[in-house]
Amino acid sequence: MSKKVNKEAELKMLYDMLVIRRFEEKAQQQYQMQKIGGFLHLYIGQEAVAVGSVAATRPDDYMITAYRDHGHALARGMGMNEAMAEIFGKATGCSKGLGGSMHYFDKARNMMGGHAIVGGHVPLGAGFAFAARYRGEDRISLCYMGDGAINIGAFHEALNMAALWRLPAIFICENNQFAMGTAATRSNHLKEIADRGAGYNMKSVVIDGMDVREVRDKIAEIATAIRKEPEPYWVECRTYRYRGHSMSDPGTYRTKEELEKHKKDDPITNFSSVLIKEGLLTDEEFKKMDAEIKALASESVKFAESSPDPDVAKLHDYTFVENDPNYQPIATTPDVRGQNPFSCTFSV
Amino acid sequence: MEMREITYRQALNEALAEELERDQNVFLMGEEVAQYNGAYKISQGLLERFGPKRIIDAPIAEAGFAGIGIGAAMVGLRPIIEFMSFSFSLVAFDQVANNAPNMLTMSGGQFHCPIVFRGINGPAHQLGATHMHATENLYSNFAGLKVVVPSTPRDAKGLLKAAVRDDNPVLVMEVELLYGSKGLVEPPMPEFDLVLPLGKASVPREGNDLTILSYGRTVAYAHKAAEALEKEHGIHAEVVDLRSIKPLDTETIFASVAKTHRVVVAEQCRPFCGIASELTFQIQEHIFDELDAPVARVSMEEIPVPYSEVLEHAMLPSPEKIIAAGRKVCGV
Ligand SMILES: Cc1ncc(C[n+]2csc(CCOP(=O)(O)OP(=O)(O)O)c2C)c(N)n1
Ligand SMILES: [Mg+2]
Repeated sequence: MSKKVNKEAELKMLYDMLVIRRFEEKAQQQYQMQKIGGFLHLYIGQEAVAVGSVAATRPDDYMITAYRDHGHALARGMGMNEAMAEIFGKATGCSKGLGGSMHYFDKARNMMGGHAIVGGHVPLGAGFAFAARYRGEDRISLCYMGDGAINIGAFHEALNMAALWRLPAIFICENNQFAMGTAATRSNHLKEIADRGAGYNMKSVVIDGMDVREVRDKIAEIATAIRKEPEPYWVECRTYRYRGHSMSDPGTYRTKEELEKHKKDDPITNFSSVLIKEGLLTDEEFKKMDAEIKALASESVKFAESSPDPDVAKLHDYTFVENDPNYQPIATTPDVRGQNPFSCTFSV
Repeated sequence: MEMREITYRQALNEALAEELERDQNVFLMGEEVAQYNGAYKISQGLLERFGPKRIIDAPIAEAGFAGIGIGAAMVGLRPIIEFMSFSFSLVAFDQVANNAPNMLTMSGGQFHCPIVFRGINGPAHQLGATHMHATENLYSNFAGLKVVVPSTPRDAKGLLKAAVRDDNPVLVMEVELLYGSKGLVEPPMPEFDLVLPLGKASVPREGNDLTILSYGRTVAYAHKAAEALEKEHGIHAEVVDLRSIKPLDTETIFASVAKTHRVVVAEQCRPFCGIASELTFQIQEHIFDELDAPVARVSMEEIPVPYSEVLEHAMLPSPEKIIAAGRKVCGV
């Protein structure tokens, strides 16, 4: 690294990746003990994408992703307690136990949700960017999706409009090479996912999604550029998921050797050894950090288990805002006339 | 002829295999149906047996492959389109609701659409708001679509085979939570060709005091409720399994109501504009005088499905809710 390294920021990225890994290992264990139900999709192996891109952007930037969403929420700073409690369906969960593993929401952190219909959230990601541009804010939208999401109509419609209207969104395809049991090569006629951007006349970037520094640096570059001159980017992060698609997937569509090969390219192991080599971290410190995070993960299970179930009497509270006791109207758009940095016009 | 005990899943698998074997124009298309053998293993072994021309893995593109199916059907093929879940059919809503059922009318009878859309539908366990839609009432509101909801392995096999042979678009809505359930079914082809008529209800339990109209997931609940009502309250409930929502077997329904004079409808969907609304309307329109009490219904609560197990249980239909409705209707 030629740039001056900010030790604290580097260590934070390692810490955040470890949080995701240890949290999900705990969640997996709880699922196997049948303490939680529903679907559970683990992000293990892909941590560098969420952590690197969050490190590269601002807390007021919007983020939205699919159902493999624990990593994104935790990277944004959601506590393990509220994350674990959500999987347990408890009232203390990040979505009050109403959303579950696939629907992590955190309004305070501009985490706009995990979304369970493949590709259905991509237009929403463009919508946040639309609103930012409309209001003349310099916020951007991070919209993550899997490699399986790029063949669905909503994706194409959203990307075309994002490009047409120069919306400040970064569409990040986390190419973990499989959509359930379907290898990306079996569902795309175009060989390179990155090349999709050309179809919308959108700038495209390929990133090694196993290298957290590369993710951070390249996303930071894009973010800086589109804050000034809004336009969308198409980003392919090449990564790999170590676990099955969900807990019920035996993963027979790939070989053990393939999996082991990718595990050798582990974003956490690699980054920790780099930090140790650069003298920013000792082996001792790393072990201590890991132990501390493991303890927090165990703690989160206790927190979830001892939390109350949602109150059945409140079953109808969240269908219409009129019934929601905590409902607060969204603050109206501030008057931004005359201070619009983009001289916003959506026409072509 | 020796009946065998097989699962609902096996029954569907047999139905697919037999229809693929019988007619070269039949093919199965959907996500993960081929190499993965189906997300829920309904198409287990079919790729191996029928090859990649007939068992086709599609990208995640519901609108696309539903529409490809409709186009192929218009020109003579007989597609079976698997939705991993009917919740995902909402992505293909325009195809299923706007193209398939309208073709015959729009073309003045020139083109019809012999296609099957099938997959899981309705309540499962803790899948949350977007993955548990009961779409039977939604699709039944479109003229030109047939909608069947099998609750037993035998019905699953016989109705799916009938759906493949029907020249209209037919939606076969399967129940995920029943995939592992077992029941008696006739031997497979060539020994026996099990085809059940679309639009014929069954009466799996007879009784004189109360009719419970049920289908899909709620049939087992109706049986449980009927047992409890008999044991604890001496109420002899008759269970009617609609099997087909559209066409609707009003003959069987009316005969049962004329016998018991009291009705509970147990539906998978929500009450507003649901199946019970339609059944109740038809009962009051045609045999109002036979009713001794207002009809009661058990449905999903009028809310999006919450993830929490406790809330989910409170919002879904259940045997307990059917028992309570039955007692109310019978005044005990
Ligand atoms: C519209 C729709 N169709 C099908 C599904 C079922 N499904 C859930 S995840 C998935 C695979 C998605 O793969 P990808 O986009 O690569 O994301 P990854 O799981 O690899 O993170 C499928 C087919 C769905 N949720 N929504
Ligand atoms: Mg993928």
